[in-house]
Amino acid sequence: MTPEDTRNILIGIVCVAIAACVPLVFNGYWLSVALTAMMYIALSTSWALFSGPTHYISLASGAFFGIGGYLVATGMSDYNLSFWLMMAVSAVVATVFAGLIGMATLRLSGVYFVIFTLGLAEMIRNMVSWLQNNVLGSRGLYVLTDFTEAHIYWMLLTVSVAVFILGALIARSRLGFAMRIIGNDETVARHVGINTARAKVLLFMTTGFFAAIVGAIIAPRYSYIEPNLVFSPELSFLVVIMALLGGMHRLWGPLLGVIPFTLIWEAISIWIPNFTTLFLGLAFLTIVYFLPNGVVGLLEKLRGGATP
Amino acid sequence: MSSGRTLLDIVGLTKSFGGLVAVNGLSFNVKEREVVGVIGPNGSGKTTVLNLISGAFRPTSGSIHLSGQDITRKPAHHIARTGVARTFQLVRVLPGLSVSDNVMAGAVFGRRRLWRQQARSHAQSLIERVGLHDKHRLPVSSLTYIDQKRVELARALAGDPQILLLDEWLAGLNPSELQTGISLIQSLSEEGRTIVLVEHVMDAIRTLCDRCIVMNSGQLLAEGSPDAVLSDPAVITAYLGDD
Ligand SMILES: Nc1ncnc2c1ncn2[C@@H]1O[C@H](COP(=O)(O)OP(=O)(O)O)[C@@H](O)[C@H]1O
Ligand SMILES: [Mg+2]
Repeated sequence: MTPEDTRNILIGIVCVAIAACVPLVFNGYWLSVALTAMMYIALSTSWALFSGPTHYISLASGAFFGIGGYLVATGMSDYNLSFWLMMAVSAVVATVFAGLIGMATLRLSGVYFVIFTLGLAEMIRNMVSWLQNNVLGSRGLYVLTDFTEAHIYWMLLTVSVAVFILGALIARSRLGFAMRIIGNDETVARHVGINTARAKVLLFMTTGFFAAIVGAIIAPRYSYIEPNLVFSPELSFLVVIMALLGGMHRLWGPLLGVIPFTLIWEAISIWIPNFTTLFLGLAFLTIVYFLPNGVVGLLEKLRGGATP
Repeated sequence: MSSGRTLLDIVGLTKSFGGLVAVNGLSFNVKEREVVGVIGPNGSGKTTVLNLISGAFRPTSGSIHLSGQDITRKPAHHIARTGVARTFQLVRVLPGLSVSDNVMAGAVFGRRRLWRQQARSHAQSLIERVGLHDKHRLPVSSLTYIDQKRVELARALAGDPQILLLDEWLAGLNPSELQTGISLIQSLSEEGRTIVLVEHVMDAIRTLCDRCIVMNSGQLLAEGSPDAVLSDPAVITAYLGDD
């Protein structure tokens, strides 16, 4: 381990300790804002593990997240199964599902991949809605647990920590090196001996895995689940915007996008609720015109460091 | 010269792009430690042949064997691991990585599959081998054209291939760089490397090649020693046009 690694681990531990104390200091509104932010930290960071190096923009987060929420709700509400079991089941289902989608689509070029993932998420949402209304009967699904907001927050924190640890391990592995090469030139990657399809599918599966876990953990927060709530296209877009805003060439980049974005988003939702979509558009323009490498890129530029 | 065993064996290789037959029933082989030149007018299918061998394209028909192993329809990464490495006609470096990481890419994922310190020192020795001693920490985008070509060559060598495919590696170099380039490839050949090179520079072909394959419109037009094929009337006609 280099001194830099040691320093990063120490910084990480301090950050996690501070984050873990949030529910002890805040409750009610601010805890709920922190919970939302923590959810997006886990989602955006894991999303960037795949999209950062490959530059494939996936809009399937909502689909995997929905699988998590919906399976937890169905299992607990209709079959009396435990929350933990359903969380594990949904993670497996989403991971397998991501693997299948990956194998079917990652040979497509970037543009088609974006469209496909968006279409796929919408298709699942409509299919599940239809099934629930016409086959399963339109009873509502209730997720009743003893979890408080603080519990949910701590679970999400744990997931976020897992994402960071996994991300750091991948970056140091052959897989991480392979992904950097793929991101630079996929043709070269294949010609030096990298099984590019396998590498991409593997990372896409990790994003599916984490999004489903997050969806499962969030389910108790809503109590009442319906497909349109959990299979949310808006969530897919927010995940992308926050990751891009923060910057994807560092593991901790998305984090720096999620925190300001969530705070501003909350403020707008309270004071000028009709402007959230406009804000989304403005955030996109800001990224494209002023922050091509995100907040991280900006910080590195200010410090005089080179941006890649 | 070499009379060793056959390393690369190509039989009836054909590739069509829609109606256009870019490579048409081509057969040839390459022996161990041999340097074979592939020459022919622009558009005669030379690059396509390299693309078929390296797995960038799949052949329409025909077969390719490397050391007896059938690699005809295998994916490029599999072929690379079996022992084919190449450079590209339009140089392809990994712009976001340092020189050292570019070369490591070959060492880590090629036939050797080295990792960490072993990969790094192997890469370092090849960086020196191609003449980039003091430049291994630089981003490749800051290198000159010939240095980028050197990086690409070092990356190909780092995988320790059984056969090295060079697509106009000497094109675009000025006269003194050309001499350096020719001696570099010559030294690789003296090391015992097997090389297939597509080339337009006649000096290089005469100096480097044991044997030449001449292509025209996707077909084999002539085969033999550089001097013999370059004085063959059919070859001269193909280069100068039919009229
Ligand atoms: N990917 C491709 N799609 C369609 N046609 C191609 C492709 N690659 C090469 N060709 C065609 O095949 C022929 C041979 O090209 P190429 O192998 O690049 O020739 P050379 O390297 O000898 O100049 C040309 O007519 C070229 O236009
Ligand atoms: Mg060519």
